[in-house]
Amino acid sequence: MRVPLSWLREYVDLPAGESGRDVAARLVRAGLEVETVEQLGADLKGPLVVGQVLSIEELAGFKKPIRHCFVNVGDANGTGEPQEIVCGATNFAVGDKVVVVLPGAVLPGPFPIAARQTYGHTSAGMICSARELGMGDDHNGIIVLPPEYEPGTDAIELLQLVDEVLDIAVTPDRGYCLSMRGVAREAAAAYGLPLADPALLDVPPANSYGYLVKVADPVGCDRFVARTVTGVDPAAQSPLWLQRRLQKSGIRPISLTVDITNYVMLEVGQPLHAYDRSRVDGPIQVRRAAEGETLTTLDGVKRKLSAEDLLICDNSGPIGLAGVMGGASTEIVDPVTDPETGVTTGSTEIIIEAAHFEPVTIARAAKRHKLPSEASKRFERGVDPEAARAAAQRAVDLLVLIAGGTAEAGVTDIAAPHPVRTIAIHADLPDRVAGTEYGRETVTRRLQEIGATVAGADILEVTPPSWRPDLTDPYDLAEEVIRLEGYDNVPARMPMVPPGRGLTEAQRFHRRTGVVLAGAGFVEVNNYPFIGEAALDALGLDAGDARRRTVKLVNPLSDEEPSLRTSLLPGLLGALRRNIGRGNTDLAIFEMGTVFLPKAELSVAPRLPVDRRPSAEQLAELDAALPHQPRRVAVALAGERLPSGWWGKGAGASWADAVEAARTVARAAGVELTVRQAQYAPWHPGRCAELSVAGTVVGHAGELHPRVIKALHLPERTCAMEVDLDLLGADLSGRVSGPPVSGYPVATQDVALIVDAAVPAAEVETALRDGAGELLESLRLFDVFTGEQAGEGKKSLAYTLRFRATDRTLTADEATAARESAVAVAASRTGAVLRGA
Amino acid sequence: MSAPNKSYDPVEVEALKPEEVERARDEALAAFATAGTLEELKQAKVAHTGDRSALSLANREIGALPPQAKAAAGKLIGQARGAVNQALAKRQVELEAERDARVLVEEAVDVTLPYDRTPRGARHPLTTLAERIEDTFVAMGYEVASGPEVEAEWLNFDALNLHEDHPARSMQDTFFVQAPDGSADSGVVLRTQTSPVQIRTMLDREPPLYAVSPGRVYRTDELDATHTPVFRQVEAIAVDEGITFADLKGTIELLVEKLIGGGLELRWRPSYFPFTEPSAEIDLQCFVCRGESVGNPDRPCRTCSSEGWIELGGCGVVNPRVLVACGVDPQVYSGFAFGLGLERILMNRHNVADMRDMVEGDVRFTLPFGMEI
Ligand SMILES: [Zn+2]
Repeated sequence: MRVPLSWLREYVDLPAGESGRDVAARLVRAGLEVETVEQLGADLKGPLVVGQVLSIEELAGFKKPIRHCFVNVGDANGTGEPQEIVCGATNFAVGDKVVVVLPGAVLPGPFPIAARQTYGHTSAGMICSARELGMGDDHNGIIVLPPEYEPGTDAIELLQLVDEVLDIAVTPDRGYCLSMRGVAREAAAAYGLPLADPALLDVPPANSYGYLVKVADPVGCDRFVARTVTGVDPAAQSPLWLQRRLQKSGIRPISLTVDITNYVMLEVGQPLHAYDRSRVDGPIQVRRAAEGETLTTLDGVKRKLSAEDLLICDNSGPIGLAGVMGGASTEIVDPVTDPETGVTTGSTEIIIEAAHFEPVTIARAAKRHKLPSEASKRFERGVDPEAARAAAQRAVDLLVLIAGGTAEAGVTDIAAPHPVRTIAIHADLPDRVAGTEYGRETVTRRLQEIGATVAGADILEVTPPSWRPDLTDPYDLAEEVIRLEGYDNVPARMPMVPPGRGLTEAQRFHRRTGVVLAGAGFVEVNNYPFIGEAALDALGLDAGDARRRTVKLVNPLSDEEPSLRTSLLPGLLGALRRNIGRGNTDLAIFEMGTVFLPKAELSVAPRLPVDRRPSAEQLAELDAALPHQPRRVAVALAGERLPSGWWGKGAGASWADAVEAARTVARAAGVELTVRQAQYAPWHPGRCAELSVAGTVVGHAGELHPRVIKALHLPERTCAMEVDLDLLGADLSGRVSGPPVSGYPVATQDVALIVDAAVPAAEVETALRDGAGELLESLRLFDVFTGEQAGEGKKSLAYTLRFRATDRTLTADEATAARESAVAVAASRTGAVLRGA
Repeated sequence: MSAPNKSYDPVEVEALKPEEVERARDEALAAFATAGTLEELKQAKVAHTGDRSALSLANREIGALPPQAKAAAGKLIGQARGAVNQALAKRQVELEAERDARVLVEEAVDVTLPYDRTPRGARHPLTTLAERIEDTFVAMGYEVASGPEVEAEWLNFDALNLHEDHPARSMQDTFFVQAPDGSADSGVVLRTQTSPVQIRTMLDREPPLYAVSPGRVYRTDELDATHTPVFRQVEAIAVDEGITFADLKGTIELLVEKLIGGGLELRWRPSYFPFTEPSAEIDLQCFVCRGESVGNPDRPCRTCSSEGWIELGGCGVVNPRVLVACGVDPQVYSGFAFGLGLERILMNRHNVADMRDMVEGDVRFTLPFGMEI
């Protein structure tokens, strides 16, 4: 809602020096979201005056028509002589009144005006267009004024070019503020000043000889006022003040009748519709549409109607989509002037409709037909049904006053019975909500300020005003009191929070995961979870891969990415590539976040009632319709993991770094990862580790498949890991027992074992540990090699075993026996043979 | 050495003459003094204190002397040996110090060499900012709650007093999830706010409830410098007996002080959210210009666009209808709730000009934030 300050002052006698910013600040504190305060004409400087065109000489020989004119500007130029001006517009004639800017003036831009030579003549000023004056975007030539203004009259004042406009974003509960009347009411309350209510008009009572209207759906339409004006002069134009107010409010002037309906809507908040009575066939009817009916709206679009649409009809069928947009067949005819006779024809008999429609009906229709209009915006948020009569009267008055029409005596006013809404509120409820003391008198006074009637003492009986359909319960009223008293005046205090339990084990684990990965040199990224088929194809997933079953969006940002991720990798690898594209070459990044896995049984979430707590079964039904959303962590590595430098050569990121990242996270969870060779997309079939905890697979790590690397344009040997944090952290209750730390000396023994190349090192290690028994303190693989010395198809694994007892110094024999036992178990389980044996 | 012999060798006894002892001593002292290296000193040591040195031989002969001569000879030789050993030790210390000085200088390195051998990591500032806010609340006694990002419409809208035709519901540009039949009637959306976590918390247990819930939320905005379709909110809720708007103000004031700093004014603008009543938007006095840029073109402020205020978020007293939908008796309990946009706080608190930097995952953006902010 755009509110010109000059117009607002008509209803509230604001202090003279109060600027737009001052008023905005007050309104903001009262809850109106003033987005901007526009300064119109701030850099405008006169002389800018009315001029009368005395002569026009068409200059030939230029690419476009050029006119050399003399214009009477009265005494404004100091001499009284005609002003010589060269002009590029052609939409004026000798005798027309125009707006002239004289040398020394500054137009908005700023654009200083000086006399200059052009097209072989002197041009001492300009004849102005609306755009040059900052009045609007129309550029249909220069402004031709109505004939009644004297040459030399100050046009800045005449055209009200200097003003301030408050642009207010109106929240859905404050529909009444989509009018000058509503904003003025808030301004009056904010300043403690009286309001001159523009809807307080003398209106003749309803009678039986108004235009015949039949309302078949009194729920959809509970108020219908119709008035008729005849003898309207089609040549009559909107006066400047009316045009200017519309322009400043962001509405383009069109024709007098349409301008008046728009003006009254802005002023009172009641959308009006004007019909050309000569084009309406019989009585007006209000009813729902029949399925398959059509209506051509006045934007020229033929629309298929739905049975839910509320229509305005005549004997010919639909003539308007109620509260949204009128029909083309009965709209006001644009005035046309016959160039030969000078006679203007157009609509002369006008029916004004001021109706009240059910908000939900209008909201749905506007949504269904994608037709958000100034009218529907207001009906959706609630229009004052009691303002309909006044609004119609105001439109009639303006048509009579400006267009010379005659108001017919008939007044149609169909009103469905309205129960009086009263709300009982404890006088201390605002106190209890705000946590301060207002007292009953303040509460009563504030409620009266918003237009409510208030009766009673400890319990107040409050009747909200007709323009506040949003006020339905005591809390709504409490809010009004607190708002008007000012949120700044509510004290601040701290609630007495009972002792808390801190973070849960899982929350601590999630934080730890981020910390240990960052500590290990990984940088966290956050990616959008949107993916498409292409991303899954690039990962090389089989047709039947579970990760191809996705949650899909109805309205994705991009049709290429309609699904939610089932793996963190597409986003993460995308971020990797983005970084590489920007010249960041050595990369280790990670992401923590949820993936979205559809349930086996798909269902729809029920729409439950809100007037009570849903049952456990109902809540279970809601959750059943949601996908699984486990939390995962993934890493991706490329380039050098350990940089080369003056100290020597570094090391490229490898499958082992990816596996180690998983182990790092597992350690943060306090669990031991079991690593097994596996084949799983998108990893390299020979370089993929399946990671599990206590028999449950929690994820995979390794080097990516070369095909995937190629498809995603990643560097060779790019590596990645993805594990499920919910599975990894399934049991965080474990408590470490402090180990006994022996003070006795260690006995170190090395063994080198030859095994088949296919035997996983992890199995050999497990066998050695099992065989070595309790005396084994630690075991470390310090060398792996294949080749001639190991033998064809074999590999050599060399371990250091450290033995220690807690109660004595081990003898060499004891350590050797333990080592031999370890080797024996390794031999029996994995076929290991002592090297050199 | 053997037992003392009764008959002594006059030649060897010659060695015990005082002049001879003194000569041996002086030769030893001279040799030590002229030894220029530890190696030379070692050789001199062997020559003058070793088993075959004059003084050692003399010492050995003392046993052969007649008892009446033993004491005098012992004293004479003992003094000589003492002087020799002392000189040796002294020279040893001197030569070691010389050696150390030389070698340690030779071992000097350039300690200013860079050593970026261990790659640096960092956590995303939005993560650590959320944690900082969580910690502030946890310290007050709140719990940290979370909920699913793909959420039932009932939880995201209806239970929050946003019924199907509510104008505010169309204001939020929602991503809808496809139903099994491919239609939009799944009753499931990408949550547009963290508020459904409030509902889940209230459905989960009885008041008193004090919870803070950070998380990702979704709106169908295109990514630009100040918007992202996927962003983060932190929401806090308190439901207890006697909770008021005043408690809300106190809590937010404390949070702002902890998060941004003290001494800044807050502006409470009445606003409208279906799930709170009364509702407010909170503006924070610009901590860069403290409002001095307003109407002052000579001192424009990028942080607040010369408005003097920075939008922090929305808040209010929980609408009793929301309590009813969760089975909480509004006659007994009341609550407050507020939500903050993390991206905006990060932009303001850390001078981030472009929201895209938080989204694109460029490591150069994230690295400087380190492990905590
Ligand atoms: Zn500032």
